[in-house]
Amino acid sequence: MNRADISLLGLAASSILIAVAVAISLWRRLELERELIWSALRALVQLLIVGFALQLVVDDDDPLIFTFIWLVVMHVFAAYTTWRRAQDVPAVFGLSLLAYSASAVATLGVLFGFQVYEVEGRTIVPLAGIVVGNSLSATVLVSRRLFDAATERREEIEGRLALGLSANDAFQPVLRESLRTALVPQIETTKAVGIIALPGAMVGLILAGTDPVDAVRVQISVMYLVLGSVATTTAVMSLGISRKLFTSADQLIRR
Amino acid sequence: MTASTTAPATFELTDVVAGPAGAPILKGISLAVPCTGILAVAGPSGAGKSTLLRLLNRLDDPLSGTITWNGRDLTSIDPRALRRQVAMIFQKAPIFTGTVFDNFTVADPAVTRERARHVLDHVGMPTDLLDRDADRLSGGEAQRMCIARALLTEPAVLLADEPTAALDTASRRTVEDLGRLVADSGVPIVWITHDTVQLRRLADHAVVLVDGEVAAFGHLAELDEHSSAQVRELVGAAP
Repeated sequence: MNRADISLLGLAASSILIAVAVAISLWRRLELERELIWSALRALVQLLIVGFALQLVVDDDDPLIFTFIWLVVMHVFAAYTTWRRAQDVPAVFGLSLLAYSASAVATLGVLFGFQVYEVEGRTIVPLAGIVVGNSLSATVLVSRRLFDAATERREEIEGRLALGLSANDAFQPVLRESLRTALVPQIETTKAVGIIALPGAMVGLILAGTDPVDAVRVQISVMYLVLGSVATTTAVMSLGISRKLFTSADQLIRR
Repeated sequence: MTASTTAPATFELTDVVAGPAGAPILKGISLAVPCTGILAVAGPSGAGKSTLLRLLNRLDDPLSGTITWNGRDLTSIDPRALRRQVAMIFQKAPIFTGTVFDNFTVADPAVTRERARHVLDHVGMPTDLLDRDADRLSGGEAQRMCIARALLTEPAVLLADEPTAALDTASRRTVEDLGRLVADSGVPIVWITHDTVQLRRLADHAVVLVDGEVAAFGHLAELDEHSSAQVRELVGAAP
């Protein structure tokens, strides 16, 4: 038996842990019972749907067109989520779609170009998911910070413009700080890995019976992928937003 | 309104409308900015003084009308080249991260320490402040540093948007004296002020804006005799 095989009985048994959480909520009158049960059921249904859908793309004989469609839907949904969280940022949907796509091409291009993984649905879909999933919150953060800074630091930016600096140069210090803010948490996470927490991909592989050292090799490539993708997505996004904040005459647009 | 009573013009504005589309602040002004001395811009809050100044170095563009500088349409000049010629200082001196010298390198990346010291001395600041963190300067020192920084681009005109409004009396007088020095050295200044006493100390000419229109323009002596009591009040004429 594959060690990752969990019977329906096993799944039901694990739901005891939800019952424990519900019991605590009742005991301490947290009034979170409905939320807890709803979130557990929702996660179950969502993941089951994803699991069935993934079967369409991860089998060896599945055509890659399904993988491609999956990627397109995933990227559009990520751009939509970014737009929902940062609606007032100009052109955020199109820019984030471009940023996620550019990041996927760059980072997955390296992994597949150097044949770290074989080109098949089983590898492309989860890796692309990691790229988008990990870049999303950093992209929203960098978008919001840049947009807010254009208002809050207007005097400083216009002070530079008034000295004859280009919009790019005048905005550079703001851009730099925003990108650092988005990247530093990812760097800290990478530094702490294995000491504070075991990362998800590695845990999953070990649970599925993979040798821990092999699991580490996969995990390392995934972590480098995450760092690279967060850096490229936020870089593309910030450059795009910078262009939307200024006119062609190097004027900071008032909003 | 023409500049017939003053020196030849540097900026000429014709029927300029500016501000948010649909609710313009400047409502079709025509004005010729003299090419020497200090032109004080006076008027109540919301009259369009800052809006006017921002047009002159193209931090903003007008909704309609034309602005020329030395006979050339502003839009035909590269904005970055224009801003190095038409420098601007603000009410709240924008200080950049780093030392005073670091601030100078933003204006001129090739500035030498010798020139930086010379400029600092020119604005009446001790040269040993060159290596001080700019955010540790007092309000008056910060404003003078900003003037020094603006002068590094060797501008032909200086725009000053209420540069002393946030300063104490002593610092205010120092910055005024510096303004006079700069103007007398051949760099005309367009200086916004709310302070009628300051206006009378500084102005070689004055323009009074009221509700987005030019209410009066000329030498102080002329404005003191203006038919409008509001104009006379805004230039601090004796009652």
